[in-house]
Amino acid sequence: MATKEAQRGAYKPLSMSPKEYKAFAKNREPARSVFKNCVRAFVIGGLVCLIGQGVQQFFMAAFHMNERQAGNPTVAVMILISVILTCLGVYDKIAQWAGAGTAVPVTGFANAMCSAAIEHRSEGLVLGVGANMFKLAGSVIVFGVVAAFFVGIVHWLLGLGG
Amino acid sequence: MRSGERTWLFPAPPVIVATGTVVGPDEGEGPLASDYDLVHPDMELQQPSWEKAERLLLEQASDIAVSKAGLKKEQIQFYVGGDLLNQIISSTFAARSFGAPYIGVFGACSTSMESLALASLMVASGAADTVMAGTSSHNCTVEKQFRYPTEYGSQKPPTAQYTVTGAGAAIVAKAGSGPRVTAATIGKVVDLGIKDPFNMGAAMAPAAVDTIQAHLQDTGREPGYYDLIVTGDLAGVGHPIAAEILERNGVPMEQTLFRDCGLMVYDVAKQKVQAGGSGCACSAVVAYGHLLKRMAKGELKRILVVATGALLSPLSYQQGETIPCVAHAVAIEADASLEGKEA
Repeated sequence: MATKEAQRGAYKPLSMSPKEYKAFAKNREPARSVFKNCVRAFVIGGLVCLIGQGVQQFFMAAFHMNERQAGNPTVAVMILISVILTCLGVYDKIAQWAGAGTAVPVTGFANAMCSAAIEHRSEGLVLGVGANMFKLAGSVIVFGVVAAFFVGIVHWLLGLGG
Repeated sequence: MRSGERTWLFPAPPVIVATGTVVGPDEGEGPLASDYDLVHPDMELQQPSWEKAERLLLEQASDIAVSKAGLKKEQIQFYVGGDLLNQIISSTFAARSFGAPYIGVFGACSTSMESLALASLMVASGAADTVMAGTSSHNCTVEKQFRYPTEYGSQKPPTAQYTVTGAGAAIVAKAGSGPRVTAATIGKVVDLGIKDPFNMGAAMAPAAVDTIQAHLQDTGREPGYYDLIVTGDLAGVGHPIAAEILERNGVPMEQTLFRDCGLMVYDVAKQKVQAGGSGCACSAVVAYGHLLKRMAKGELKRILVVATGALLSPLSYQQGETIPCVAHAVAIEADASLEGKEA
């Protein structure tokens, strides 16, 4: 029992302030490899664009479209590929490796909408799929429109026409 | 029964007569695969939703525990359970099919030991003879509720943790053979200002330290009393932090083995789980599956399981709140060691 008494109150209490602890924990976080992530994002992002370019060249060559005409079907094909990869459950795995590379607008946007739609299918078509599809992508549209509005005003003020 | 500030010492320690553990495919590929009662090859379990799959995991774990104990469902007098989903639907819906009088609890990932502590208290105090404690988590239900849709492509930072898909149930009885729950220490809610939901290990580490120190001081035990002190799901970031703070505070943890269930449940180097495992099922399946099996083999005599929980909600972190955390500790001792102590 002697040890029992000796032990009571023998340890220092948890005395760090939140500020101290945040710095303490921050120092012990594994480093994020920014350089590696940048290289991967560059390579994968570039690869997605290269595939897009290839699809566009295909439309131009096979259907005698000009560059402008080939744009829309190219985007549709890229969206389709992204949605198929999302449905097969591989898009998220590619994204974990590639980081920002797979956030390239069209494919990343398609994945954000498709993944939310699949996830909330169990809650029904209206309250599940319909209401949640824009859960992640919605803010892209909101801020995209707001940004376009202000850019438009600047454009007009500078008398660039339009 | 209460010893010190917040520890219950059970004079007639309740017995864990049986446990049931069910896991998903990733845990089945982990190093402890052979210790679980049932390993599912897929995450869906032929269910139409992730939520139903999680519920089924808990139902199966409960059924396995009951049948291993040689009991019928009707003989379970109370069922104490909880999980991570909103309104703890996995455990309430599992309780609906189970049928026993039900007490729902929420302690996030500390629910495993919170429910075991309460079940033991009920038995030790004479409020019941046979109580079941159960909890579950599912990687996809948690991703859906706390993070992003499961198929959304976003890169997780190395501090993130991978939620264990599984369920664990333990039947605590007044008499019988099996390891005994000798003490339980209830945690305080500790918040040292971490806000990042992708760094829960660091958020929870101070809560684990607080509860471990309280347990040792309340019981007058040294860490060396236990063969193993194991935290619930601090994983690769939080566990070394907890070890460092304990050392700074003068707790002689070198007397014992100090481990973490989140680092045991997966092969962290090979499986893509970032810092390690998390979730209610993490500590439940490791403790009820792996650790109790090792106790039965005689490899461990006394263990202290300190399950850690991050008590955040998607709403609270979106509103910029910090993450309050809690840890509950339960001391489990093999039958033989108790006999040895008497001598």
